[in-house]
Amino acid sequence: MTATPSSEIWRSLPGPEDITRVELPNGIVVLTRSNFNSASVVINGYLPCGSKYDPLDKLGLAGFTARALMRGTARYDFHALHDMLESAGASLGFSANVHTITFGGRALAEDLPLLLNLLSSCVREPTFPIEQVERLRAQLLTSLAIRVQDPAEMAELTFDALLFPDHPYGRSEDGYPETIQKITREDLAAFHQAYFRPQGMVLVVVGAVTAEEVMAQVDTALGDWSASPMADEENFPAVKPPAQSIRQHVPLPDKAQTELIIGTLGPKRNHPDYLPASLGNNILGQFGMMGRIGEVVREKAGLAYYAMSSLNAWMVAGSWEVNAGVNPANLERAIGLIQEEIRRFISEPVSEEELSDSQSHFIGRLPLSLESNAGVAGAILNMERFNLGLDYLQRYPQQVLAVTREQILDVARRYLDPERLIIVSAGPPIDG
Amino acid sequence: MVNEIPITRTQLSNGLTVLLKEIHTAPLISFWVWYRVGSRDEVRGKTGLSHWVEHMQFKGTPRFPPGVLDRWISREGGMWNAFTYLDWTTYFETLPANKIDLALDLEADRMVNSRFDPEDVEAERTVILSEREGSENEPLFLLGEAVQMAAFDHHPYRYEVIGLKEDLRQITRDDLYHHYRRYYTPANALIAAAGDFETGMMLEKIEQTFGHLPPGEVIRKEIPQEPPLAQERRVEVKGPGTTVFMHLAYRAPAANHPDFFAFTVLDSLLSGPSSLNMFGGGGVSNKTSRLYQALVERELAVSIGGGLHATIDPYLYDLVITVHPKSTPEAVLNAVDAEIQRLHVEPVREEEIQRALKQARALFAYGSENITNQGFWLGFSEMFATYEWFAHYVERLSAVQPEDVQRIAQTYLQPQRRVVGVYQPTGEEAMA
Repeated sequence: MTATPSSEIWRSLPGPEDITRVELPNGIVVLTRSNFNSASVVINGYLPCGSKYDPLDKLGLAGFTARALMRGTARYDFHALHDMLESAGASLGFSANVHTITFGGRALAEDLPLLLNLLSSCVREPTFPIEQVERLRAQLLTSLAIRVQDPAEMAELTFDALLFPDHPYGRSEDGYPETIQKITREDLAAFHQAYFRPQGMVLVVVGAVTAEEVMAQVDTALGDWSASPMADEENFPAVKPPAQSIRQHVPLPDKAQTELIIGTLGPKRNHPDYLPASLGNNILGQFGMMGRIGEVVREKAGLAYYAMSSLNAWMVAGSWEVNAGVNPANLERAIGLIQEEIRRFISEPVSEEELSDSQSHFIGRLPLSLESNAGVAGAILNMERFNLGLDYLQRYPQQVLAVTREQILDVARRYLDPERLIIVSAGPPIDG
Repeated sequence: MVNEIPITRTQLSNGLTVLLKEIHTAPLISFWVWYRVGSRDEVRGKTGLSHWVEHMQFKGTPRFPPGVLDRWISREGGMWNAFTYLDWTTYFETLPANKIDLALDLEADRMVNSRFDPEDVEAERTVILSEREGSENEPLFLLGEAVQMAAFDHHPYRYEVIGLKEDLRQITRDDLYHHYRRYYTPANALIAAAGDFETGMMLEKIEQTFGHLPPGEVIRKEIPQEPPLAQERRVEVKGPGTTVFMHLAYRAPAANHPDFFAFTVLDSLLSGPSSLNMFGGGGVSNKTSRLYQALVERELAVSIGGGLHATIDPYLYDLVITVHPKSTPEAVLNAVDAEIQRLHVEPVREEEIQRALKQARALFAYGSENITNQGFWLGFSEMFATYEWFAHYVERLSAVQPEDVQRIAQTYLQPQRRVVGVYQPTGEEAMA
């Protein structure tokens, strides 16, 4: 089995030859790639402001603002806006993470002007009508009430809070009921006023349109948005690995299954450790039916429907975690098996065969992950967000093949310390 | 558009039906094997058999021991999975076009040679119980299961595909193996392949790998239809949390019934457009639908969704509602009934039908970006109708007249023909 894609596949990977990147005079970066295989078009992108700007007593402000953008604008009220979108079979949505307010949408190619016009209206001139803001608030509070009963979400929330104490990564982007209650309509308008700028906005368009058409349409919709002074970039506190293991259980009476997370810090996305850690993680808890962890916990012990590991690499740090859903009676056994696998993972290099399997998988999956407009748009957005270069996918196979077993062992040892893990479970109360 | 691409439909001498669709947009092929078996073919005491057999199909054959297949497919960057539904079970591999022989070899092999090792059966029992317990953590699963059971007295559609817990505890290895031997035969199966191949060559390969398998028995079960409900049924499920959910289920026509298409248009107006895409494509929001307007905009609910299911026998039309914290199930039900009453007396406008059509066209375009989704479409419609059903879907929607929609509402959307399910949370006021 060869680990190098055929030349045909090679040519189909998006790269500098077929991605057009233009920075508008007002600072918006537009990236586009044509695909005429289907009559559709996808957009995605972000504005460079997020929950990192949330005041502590108003956590969830960026997210609330993002969700409120489509509730009414200077030109379209809630109903008119959604009537235009839905009548075209198009979609558009906004959400917030720590660093950015992201958006995504799709439409038939003939309706791209409509989609861009609505995007522009929402980011530039939202009006935050009070009635809509209150309706949205009730919806947000209901989703938080559902969250507090969801073992998987509560485990993740608790894990993040323990791993990133006093850090934006440790706080919920969706906020908490008491902070959502405190946010006023004026707070939303002020957040928009303070942070929404064309500078730093990124917009990716992929689908059945030429680059020329895209640039002309974007210019019509967003070209006249004037740049204004930027807010200072916030300094993030440093992150530190846990000083010792922490074990916490979130009791949720009357639930059937316990959700488990065991993990610690991982590298940030743009760090040289990322690729070896990513390949190592694939071996540990993803490859095939969830890697070594899946083999031991699901296939051999039959303890869980899913048991896997993931590397969540973000702008300033990341997490490396193992997740599993287990019967409450099997919780301790599952923890033991996972810890044992982590110990094994840092005690000896992965095998030649394992590394070659994962390398082949990383390279081989490119065509499948890039067949749809959404897949291509996501890949292009990542290139821009993490400054990877437009030739990232074309360089990727060589980079993957250059990773060695020793490098993987080295990053595993530096990040995964079996004596300093955060172990969180959420589910039925534990006796005793 | 997708349905303009011609397909090839043929049958091997052992009864295996084959549908092929050449699509040369990416160097990928998606290969599917469909079996005409699902929870519809199960009886009380043995519910969950079909889904469990699906799990056992990943446990290996003498030729392909467990793990081997996973490894090969992952190395090639491919994707494989399986689904069990009311009427069918399906398996697919999406791979680089030059590696597709692997999919044919393994599917032909596991159609007849799966091991069903007793130890594997036991390990999988706990995995499936864990899968079920993960679902039981969700209030909407618990409510949906109760509603489904109340909606039918005898028909196997009354059980969730995953099966009842007591049945999952006592199903034996032989139960599973007999189910497998009975239904996994060429006569009861269908192959669907979409992607970058030449039809003649693909047919030849299929003949070589599947042509020699013994035909087996054609199984087309007639299940006695239940008369429409004569009286509204109500079920209440109690569980943790603070949020009230409702699930209304109306008896609906089979997919092959002429009413199905007018019902699809009605659903689009009432609860928003539904997508037939299994992979990719995303959806269109429903904020201008009649029920969103009547429930969410009037603050009786925080969300509403609806859907019709394409099934062999008449199944259900579902409306799932998250009740607003300040509202009640009775207030929601009154508002739903008022909207349905409006459909009974007022014909819908022609432009509303045109809008539903445009939405359907857009959703088709999104779904056609993805080869795996194209493979899915090819086989799916054959499970309850023929591919013509799918190819003429938009055309048949466009033939729907306002009076058809009115008649559907008058016929099917009657209070006495429905089940009303309410999830009553036992929790205190939610505070994080």
